[in-house]
Amino acid sequence: MAVSLSVNGKSYSVDVPPQVPLLWVLRDVVGLTGTKFGCGMALCGACTVHVNGVAQRSCVLPVGAVKGPVTTIEGLSASGNHPLQKAWIAANVPQCGYCQSGQIMQAASLLARNPKPSDADIDAAMAGNICRCGTYTRIRAAIKDAAGVKS
Amino acid sequence: MNAIENVSRRTFLKGVAATGTFALALQLDPLARLNPFAPVAQAPAAVGPTLSPNLFVSIDTAGTVTIIAHRSEMGQGVRTSVPMILADELEADWSRVKIAQAVGDKKYGNQYTDGSRSIRHNYDRMRQFGAVARTMLEQAAAKKWGVYSAECKGQNHRVVHVPTGRSFGYGELVETAATLPVPDVMAVALKDPKDFRYIGKPMTSVDFPDMVTGKATYGIDVRLPGMKYAVVEHCPVTYGKVKSFDPSEALKVPGVEKVVEIPQTQPPIVFNTLGGIAVIATNTWSAEQGRKKLKIDWDYGPNVVYDSATFRRDLEQAARADAKIVREEGDVKAALAAADKVVEATFYVPHFAHATMEPPAAIAHVKDGKCEVWSSCQDPQAARATVAGAIGMDEANVTSNVALLGGAFGRKSKPDFAAEAAILSRQLGVPVRVTWTREDDIQHAYYHTVTAQYIKAGLKDGKVTAWQHRSVFPTIWSTFEKDDPGYGNKIELSLGFLDLPYAIPNICLENGQAKSHVRIGWLRSVNNIPHAFAQNTMANMLAVAAKRDPYEFLLELIGPDRVVDLSTADYWNYDQTYDEYPIMTERLKRVLRVAAEQSGYGQKLGPREGIGLAVHRSFTTYVATAVKVKVGNDGKVAIPRVDVAVDAGRVVNPDRVKSQMEGASIYGLTAAAFSEITAEKGRIKQSNFNDYPMARMGNSPREIRVHIVDANEFPPGGVGEPGTPPLAPALTNAIFAATGKRILELPITKSQLSV
Repeated sequence: MAVSLSVNGKSYSVDVPPQVPLLWVLRDVVGLTGTKFGCGMALCGACTVHVNGVAQRSCVLPVGAVKGPVTTIEGLSASGNHPLQKAWIAANVPQCGYCQSGQIMQAASLLARNPKPSDADIDAAMAGNICRCGTYTRIRAAIKDAAGVKS
Repeated sequence: MNAIENVSRRTFLKGVAATGTFALALQLDPLARLNPFAPVAQAPAAVGPTLSPNLFVSIDTAGTVTIIAHRSEMGQGVRTSVPMILADELEADWSRVKIAQAVGDKKYGNQYTDGSRSIRHNYDRMRQFGAVARTMLEQAAAKKWGVYSAECKGQNHRVVHVPTGRSFGYGELVETAATLPVPDVMAVALKDPKDFRYIGKPMTSVDFPDMVTGKATYGIDVRLPGMKYAVVEHCPVTYGKVKSFDPSEALKVPGVEKVVEIPQTQPPIVFNTLGGIAVIATNTWSAEQGRKKLKIDWDYGPNVVYDSATFRRDLEQAARADAKIVREEGDVKAALAAADKVVEATFYVPHFAHATMEPPAAIAHVKDGKCEVWSSCQDPQAARATVAGAIGMDEANVTSNVALLGGAFGRKSKPDFAAEAAILSRQLGVPVRVTWTREDDIQHAYYHTVTAQYIKAGLKDGKVTAWQHRSVFPTIWSTFEKDDPGYGNKIELSLGFLDLPYAIPNICLENGQAKSHVRIGWLRSVNNIPHAFAQNTMANMLAVAAKRDPYEFLLELIGPDRVVDLSTADYWNYDQTYDEYPIMTERLKRVLRVAAEQSGYGQKLGPREGIGLAVHRSFTTYVATAVKVKVGNDGKVAIPRVDVAVDAGRVVNPDRVKSQMEGASIYGLTAAAFSEITAEKGRIKQSNFNDYPMARMGNSPREIRVHIVDANEFPPGGVGEPGTPPLAPALTNAIFAATGKRILELPITKSQLSV
């Protein structure tokens, strides 16, 4: 059965059962590997994408339940120039970098609805995203930098 | 014979093989080749002759410098930090440098990215390799101008004739330079460190632009045409065997194509597969669904008895009984008998799992008698050898590519998952990617060992006169030897135990026996974690017993400036000679002073607030950590700030030193305050981040300040690991300072506290 999907402004028709999580459709079928697998249970946030501009854990979201356009890290900006991407590099945030797609997508969703977040807002929004390398202090600083909020 | 062949042949004869640059760069850059977002166009477009004086650097006539990264990038910034050493000596313009990743090959020397040794082992040689290339370019310019080469100086991608100021770009000199003999690496002049262009400066990582745009390719991301996706069910009890299995229900799952048994490895397991049942499908999720439907009858084997509660009792009992003496000075028993006060404690640090954000994953393609594998491996040479062994192929026919590693921490030193991919690809005849799920990762790790320690120390006239310390833990070598040796290996005992740096006249260090029931491996900082915890906690307890300030007392305990005399111990110094990297107490005390001062230690704090200190030297680097806490009446511990002082000798990339200290502190915090691995009936009880929790943003320190102590006169030390060990004791000492509650076991959740 084919499922229709819009990813980063491009339409796809994928031949998978509707219960397959969006994560695996993106990675294994569409071939967009920027969205990462971390836990499979919405516990770590590595798989975060936007559906209708809102952060979602793609590892537990059946592709058949996706109602609206999907944006992945590859589609966040045309040339890697989203304010968060620029702030991430300016603050040398990543270590291994694996979780950072999810961190950035989560932060982008936060700033879209709350352009000037407080520390508490940031902590709450980012609570579902694990970074095993421990880049949290730099992530918080980069979000504030992108938002123009003083550290 | 053209210039390229001349150079190649000459360097080959010198035992350093090289090929034409263009081919080499393509062959060595799987990321550029496979990542659709980083196409071949990103590889250096070399034309015509190239200067390739050694395996690590080549320059084409366009002036593009290609530097080979022969070690694995796992977050420590090594694909930037090691090449920048070479680029500095070459006087290359960093914006014209391309990095190409090496495959696993002994010709590069040691590629084993582990043990915090990449800079230590490559600082001198990368300088030499860069200087050789610069020297040849200088000689080429001299030849073209007809002047003395001493008058020619490589400077920011040009060679300048100093007396006249005229210059050539590096690319313009390649053709001439490629005809010159390659000078002896030992004979070329190195730069004066005051002229360093990159070394010692904060450099941004070459991989960041890809990492923030989703273009970075990790082992789990490599895609090959016609590939299949596999997951493997391993026996829930370590080293258990498949008696029989029924694949019929699994095969009914849409997308599942095959179910295959992977034979168990005979002991010792080393890096080989545990064996199990593999489900192969058209996508990872289907493979996982199929696996859930497998019916497997296991022979659990002898490790079914493993129970963490019982094991802990046995381990602690062993720690309280006489054991094998591994370092002895003076007469501990007599000194304890003569002491005014005796302080004793038993410490417990559980198993941990690495829990890399990218779980183990690899893809292999076995075809026409050859195998190509891409994996997130810390040692592509070990992956090559392990894969070759697993499929009975000559190593020469195995190409072991390194993708980016989504975290490693020692787990990805063990390429068992790459062997699984190769075994399955050989059987299926198509490329197969094996993905470990989080559950696989946590339930079948190469665990950090579990340790019980006992310390009994005596005080006389306010001074510590006796120190008896026993450490008992299942050994890593049980994973590598047919029969479990039971005792700790010399290397494990050297990790923060034998190298006790305190000035105490009577010392007795002992190691007891313990049996292993799971694969024991190494995890960031290894045995330094439990040893630093016990040592620094006991030092704090003794200060309290002596009614002294813990900071002043610890400085005194470390004692006078000296090189710690380890002549009574069989000590392993992180692969370095003790002459070159001795343990210097003034360096230990200096980081302790910096951490204390920067943290505001000694200033008046609010109620239930405290600052705890710990200092530890590991991987030849000295780190002191000061943790500030505020403990709520409900046991909730807030950490407003951590100050880390680090003396890593010569520093190459200070920003990555800082980021490693920040990250190691968080890694140490997870060990100290969040998670433990336990077994029941041989099965690991934890399975995912819900029951093996990690530090998250909201419960991590609000601020981590890293203070790099200027020690550039000393050779470079390790950076990836030494930040971890001091965190736990600094945290628990802080909690003691805030509340009077003494913590002797990790994680602190067992003491009704949480972060």
